[in-house]
Amino acid sequence: MARRIGVFVCHCGVNIAGVVDVEKVAEELRKYPGVAFATTYQYMCSDPGQNLIRQKIEEENLDAVVIAACSPSMHEETFRNVCKDYFNPQRCEMANIREQCSWVHEKEEATEKAIKIVKATVEKLKGNEDLTPIYVPVEKKCLVIGGGIAGIQAALDIADAGYEVILVEKEPSIGGRMAQLSETFPTLDCSQCILTPKMVAVSRHPKIKLMAYSEVIDISGYVGNFDVKILKKPRYVDEDACTVCGDCEKVCPVIVPNEFDMEKKPRKAIFIPFPQAVPSTYTIDREACLGLAPLTCAECREACEANAINYDMQPKIVEEKVGAIIVATGYDLYDKSNLVEYGYGEDDDIITSLEFERMLSASGPTGGNIIKPSTGETPKKVVFVQCAGSRDKQHMPYCSSICCMYTAKHALLYKHHVPDGEAYVFYIDIRATGKDYEEFINNVMEEERINYIRGKVAKIFREGDKIVVWGVDTLTGKKVEIKADLVVLAMAIVGRKETKEIAQLLKVATGVGGFLKESHPKLKPVEALSRGIYFAGCAQAPKDIPATVAQASAAASKVLALFAKDKLEKDPMVAVVDEEHCSGCGVCISVCPYGAMQRQPNGKAKCIEALCEGCGTCAAACPSNNIEMRNYRDEQIEKMIEVII
Amino acid sequence: MKKKIAMYWGAGCGGCDVSLLGIHEKLLELLDDIEIVFWPCATDFKYEDLEKMPDKSIDIAFYNGAIRTSENEEIAKLLRKKSKILVAYGSCAIEGCIIGLANLYDKEEIFRAVYLENETTPNKEKIVPKEKAGELELPEFLPHLKVLSNVVKVDAVIPGCPPPKPVLIEALEALLSGKTQFGKSVALCDECPRRDTKPDKIEIDRFYRWHEKQDDGKCFLAQGIICMGPATLAGCGGECIAANIPCTGCMGPPPKVRNQGAAMLSAIASLLGEMDEEREKEVIESIQDMVGTFYKYTTAKLLPKGRVKDEG
Repeated sequence: MARRIGVFVCHCGVNIAGVVDVEKVAEELRKYPGVAFATTYQYMCSDPGQNLIRQKIEEENLDAVVIAACSPSMHEETFRNVCKDYFNPQRCEMANIREQCSWVHEKEEATEKAIKIVKATVEKLKGNEDLTPIYVPVEKKCLVIGGGIAGIQAALDIADAGYEVILVEKEPSIGGRMAQLSETFPTLDCSQCILTPKMVAVSRHPKIKLMAYSEVIDISGYVGNFDVKILKKPRYVDEDACTVCGDCEKVCPVIVPNEFDMEKKPRKAIFIPFPQAVPSTYTIDREACLGLAPLTCAECREACEANAINYDMQPKIVEEKVGAIIVATGYDLYDKSNLVEYGYGEDDDIITSLEFERMLSASGPTGGNIIKPSTGETPKKVVFVQCAGSRDKQHMPYCSSICCMYTAKHALLYKHHVPDGEAYVFYIDIRATGKDYEEFINNVMEEERINYIRGKVAKIFREGDKIVVWGVDTLTGKKVEIKADLVVLAMAIVGRKETKEIAQLLKVATGVGGFLKESHPKLKPVEALSRGIYFAGCAQAPKDIPATVAQASAAASKVLALFAKDKLEKDPMVAVVDEEHCSGCGVCISVCPYGAMQRQPNGKAKCIEALCEGCGTCAAACPSNNIEMRNYRDEQIEKMIEVII
Repeated sequence: MKKKIAMYWGAGCGGCDVSLLGIHEKLLELLDDIEIVFWPCATDFKYEDLEKMPDKSIDIAFYNGAIRTSENEEIAKLLRKKSKILVAYGSCAIEGCIIGLANLYDKEEIFRAVYLENETTPNKEKIVPKEKAGELELPEFLPHLKVLSNVVKVDAVIPGCPPPKPVLIEALEALLSGKTQFGKSVALCDECPRRDTKPDKIEIDRFYRWHEKQDDGKCFLAQGIICMGPATLAGCGGECIAANIPCTGCMGPPPKVRNQGAAMLSAIASLLGEMDEEREKEVIESIQDMVGTFYKYTTAKLLPKGRVKDEG
């Protein structure tokens, strides 16, 4: 226990000294039991300030210090680093007399309060135990969940740095949403053409273990030491043996809609979602196939010369140990059936933006031709409706971020396909904040002669062979009625339902729209609250391809920083459960935001120290008063309260 | 030698006296080892019999019920004097129990409610009990309800309302063998019959009173039904829960908890799911009878001098 405590009161320029009489604080503390020395200084965190602390520790033979300055979240680390050359860093405490005192109080009472805060901190310090940091080993292997462009980029970055990656994708092929797009804004690159090389690179990379058609079903453990269970769904086709000759597909008698084409194009029960799929192999759709059970059809197996088809393939559970996890589960479109005012989107000629993307694709349902789905004719008048479900309190309150840009692209591509057609775009504002985006929009508006109407669409309904769009032009204040052949809804982007499932497994939070919640919206945008878990792409928030790729690389760099160490050092300020008196009520497990409280086989709670951030939520919530924070024990807090009141 | 036993019924419902019979044939076994020297409820004794006994001549005295009148207080002190070990028997004696909720009101308010405003009490003459009515003298109705430890030193406690059979048997055996420390030291969840139905994460979106929701047989708290189990001492074996009734906390708090209600409130508040502040307020305000829910048994112990009146 500390016997010779030094108190260092910081002026913080005028931040503290302008309000609090710092000399009086030092003077009062000099008289306080246990305090051997007290002084003040202009800027304690500065180099001379830190040197003053070193000098006085030596001269006055101090065995603990209280720095009365700003919030510990600001400078605790700074001052503990100064002290660790002399004694255990737990013997250095900060008394916050800035945020909690000088910034919020008037002169005299501020000084009085500052004295109390410092005295209380001295009392806490007297009860502190010396603690040693916790070290956690790191398994240098990363799990990436989701094989869209975000997952692909993150996996490649980590693998290129020499670490092993397991990339799990639940669909038969990686590629995600980007593989479904026709061309990308603002450069009009072919989406497939720029994505496919990366997909192939993933499949060929010696450090990447690609597990497509697989799902993560269980995750336990903590940073550096996650245990993951992955379910490998049976394709009923041997990936390695399949030559993608297509003979099986020709003979398969079952036709169902292809999910990859937004169900607008047929596929067989044995299928490859798109020609460039990776891994390049056929898959049997268990639900649609006649041959699996009972054995009524074996056409494909008979046709397969490579003998790749095996109806008896079983699901397999693969267990892996990884040190870090990147969640890149992507997005879905908001369900258009929620849009009552747009006829629930039920009409064949009212389509979503992704359906339009597939229509534009050469390998899509129409071979790249733009048609009016109900008749197959070329639509002469097309209305694009932005913010369908976005920026709308009744649906999704947020901006889906990419719709302005892709709608402009859609309108432009429409005009290239149907030069004599008319295109209208309803918009609230145009948000074109990316590099070269504004120029692209201007080009579309001016060169392509697209009619941009500033206003929201009130109603969409069918009248004969036309789709009538009612809206208002807020610039002229006039009602607008357009009789269109085709309406394209720029649907809001929402988190996938699978994201929520993964979030529950990882015990990370999701917010409005089902997007993953980051640790800090500005300073930790790719990190989960729990260490060792990172986010990339639209699973975190709507974003375009460049932002997704950048975020994926950012997440990868976080993983690499983690893997650069053999052991992780952690602050020992963690929760301690008195196991003997724990009833296993589970309150702490439910409230811990870091997933650090876990149930043991005997039902009692245990704190995984590697995960605990020392927030104290569990200690406050424990109805048996059975959890204590190291160096924030009840006796210490009670002594602090005694001094204050 | 047979141990001399006394049992007194203070301010309480009588359930504690009956609970002693609830241990069934075990009682017959115990009778071989004990001699009842004072038990007004079961045998004919007068206070003067007790007064005449030599000091410390009773081996174990059980006091059930709280201290509501000057008579209760007098007997508590007398029993303390006459006995070697004084045991607070049941929730009333330990922490005030349901009748302790009276400490939310003062004497006048209580009398007015009971004798003048209660619709089922015909009282045309508006008679309110007095300490002196002619020749007759009644014990004083104390300003606040006290628990046994407010008045005398207590050597051991047997919790529960009334003490459940397993708690009682363990306590009696321990006391007869000279021990004053017994019982469990964990909360009820440890032995709850629904222990294995707890989900990984309990998240409460709204509260249900028990008649408002069909019980799915899982942890009550996880269903949004307030169960005091996490903040209540184990020992009863969860007999209420076995009968599909959530725990109301009669065993009192586990050893490290000073304020059972606050402990449970703090836990429950932490379990609320993600919602905006307005909804949060709505959900919390939907709890009927905060004090009666969270402080059903402990109000008198925590408020020995009654309620702090709102100023103005």
